[in-house]
Amino acid sequence: MGNDPAAAAALAAKIAGQGGAVGSGDSFIALFTVFVLAVFVGYYVVWNVTPALHSPLMSVTNAISSVIIVGALIAAGPVEFNLSKIMGFVAVVLAAINIFGGFIVSQRMLQMYRKKK
Amino acid sequence: MSHSLTALAYLIAAICFIMSLRGLSSPETARRGNAIGIAGMVIAILTTLANPGVLSYELIIVGLVIGGAIGTVIALKIKMTALPQLVAAFHSLVGLAAVFVATAALYAPQAYGIGAIGSIHVASLIEMTLGTAIGAITFSGSIVAFAKLQGLVSGAPVVFPGQHPLNALIGIAIIGIGAWFCITERYDLYWIVVGLAFLVGFLLIVPIGGADMPVVISMLNSYSGWAACGIGFTLGNTLLIITGALVGSSGAILSYIMCKGMNRSFFNVILGGFGAEGDAAAAAARFKDKAVKSGSAEDAAFIMKNASKVIIVPGYGMAVAQAQHALREMADTLKKEGVQVSYAIHPVAGRMPGHMNVLLAEASVPYDEVFELEEINHEFSTADVAYVIGANDVTNPAAKTDPASPIYGMPVLDVEKAKTVLFVKRSMAAGYAGVDNELFFRDNTMMLFGDAKKMTEEILRSVH
Repeated sequence: MGNDPAAAAALAAKIAGQGGAVGSGDSFIALFTVFVLAVFVGYYVVWNVTPALHSPLMSVTNAISSVIIVGALIAAGPVEFNLSKIMGFVAVVLAAINIFGGFIVSQRMLQMYRKKK
Repeated sequence: MSHSLTALAYLIAAICFIMSLRGLSSPETARRGNAIGIAGMVIAILTTLANPGVLSYELIIVGLVIGGAIGTVIALKIKMTALPQLVAAFHSLVGLAAVFVATAALYAPQAYGIGAIGSIHVASLIEMTLGTAIGAITFSGSIVAFAKLQGLVSGAPVVFPGQHPLNALIGIAIIGIGAWFCITERYDLYWIVVGLAFLVGFLLIVPIGGADMPVVISMLNSYSGWAACGIGFTLGNTLLIITGALVGSSGAILSYIMCKGMNRSFFNVILGGFGAEGDAAAAAARFKDKAVKSGSAEDAAFIMKNASKVIIVPGYGMAVAQAQHALREMADTLKKEGVQVSYAIHPVAGRMPGHMNVLLAEASVPYDEVFELEEINHEFSTADVAYVIGANDVTNPAAKTDPASPIYGMPVLDVEKAKTVLFVKRSMAAGYAGVDNELFFRDNTMMLFGDAKKMTEEILRSVH
């Protein structure tokens, strides 16, 4: 590598450098705040899930945790072909298996739950 | 797409995911919940593709098509009894994907705006190390869980001396070398961390026995969420953080529920070794010369036909024998005879949380006839018949009365309070936990020896 985009990014990082220490600290706290609040939301939402649907809960959470594909797409997205792009591609395949597999198997399960006639 | 527009779209996707879990609070809203989850995922993917850094789509489309096809075929073909190993396999993929994304970020940090090669922000390196380590542990741990559930390796716990100190040592090494990596950004150190994390994931799950797999799957579910969180922090992506936190807490709650269902502490499960050979022998000797009363399918049919209230207690053995369809037909016939039939499900009746409910739903058992332990346990005293099929340990009264029993304190279904207990069982062998069941020798118990499916079918014929 060491081509133009990388160099430009390095320069940009240096320019942002001075304030960067404070800035990244702040952004960490912001992200951490989001994280803690999301754990609370998760806690209350999941306790509300009926035990009869705990298996679909696992397959749905499995499917949505594959939102990690967002990171994979960014790695696979640039034009130049390098190790990162290959890594990104593999991660896209793995996450896609999960997304399709997880949602479809959840749907299959949920279709079967029927009320008394 | 502008930065704030992207952030807004990610927020909508996150809300979709929250609402999809919310939908699971009842079977009526669950299908819509799943659809909302899919919508959230589509929004997340499209938003990312509109990102200015994503310029070439060929490889991405190929990846999505390959992965999508594999996932679709597997999900459509899988048998519901094999659900636990499928979920374990899926968890391993999330873990591995996390490792790949973290590695991609390490080798091309500029794409993620976290610095340049050789000068990645320290905070990002720490988050990257955490994400990749948890991902690697999730991957290898899930592979072991998959192999045990699929029967590729024995479900028996593998215990060796010095196991726990070894794990602790590797854990400390991961932290030490991880810290060193965060200071130096040396690739070789990164790969050592990844390798050690793979190893520790393997070593963590190997000593855990087959009976504890519901806890293990839930735990790995949780890990896969935390791995996504770690990657979210690395990339500064709130959608990943929120989703990871949802999944992480969901898995943690399920682990807690499963542990409570077995009266085990989480720590105790993790340390492993439960269900090893030693436990079984001691208990088996005690009931050697007691007599059991056994009956035929005709006897059972006669008793149930004349009952007014029957509670069916299915266990994993019922699913293994594929008896759920015959069971539902038997219940239908009894209902036509005017018998009130309901099903009692123990939290750890299957091999993963809620597994038994899915298996019964697959056999078209209406979900409003299926009750959880706390809901139905008081009803056994008014029931004429408890029909125990493929379950054993979860009905063992020793859990309430015998402090020496390995399962003492575990919540059990009070089947012995029913007027008659019909116990379908292949032989007198002990249950999964290797504990003998005194219920077999009670006066109000009639043993029905035979295959769960055949026995149920024979009863069905006799009831007609």
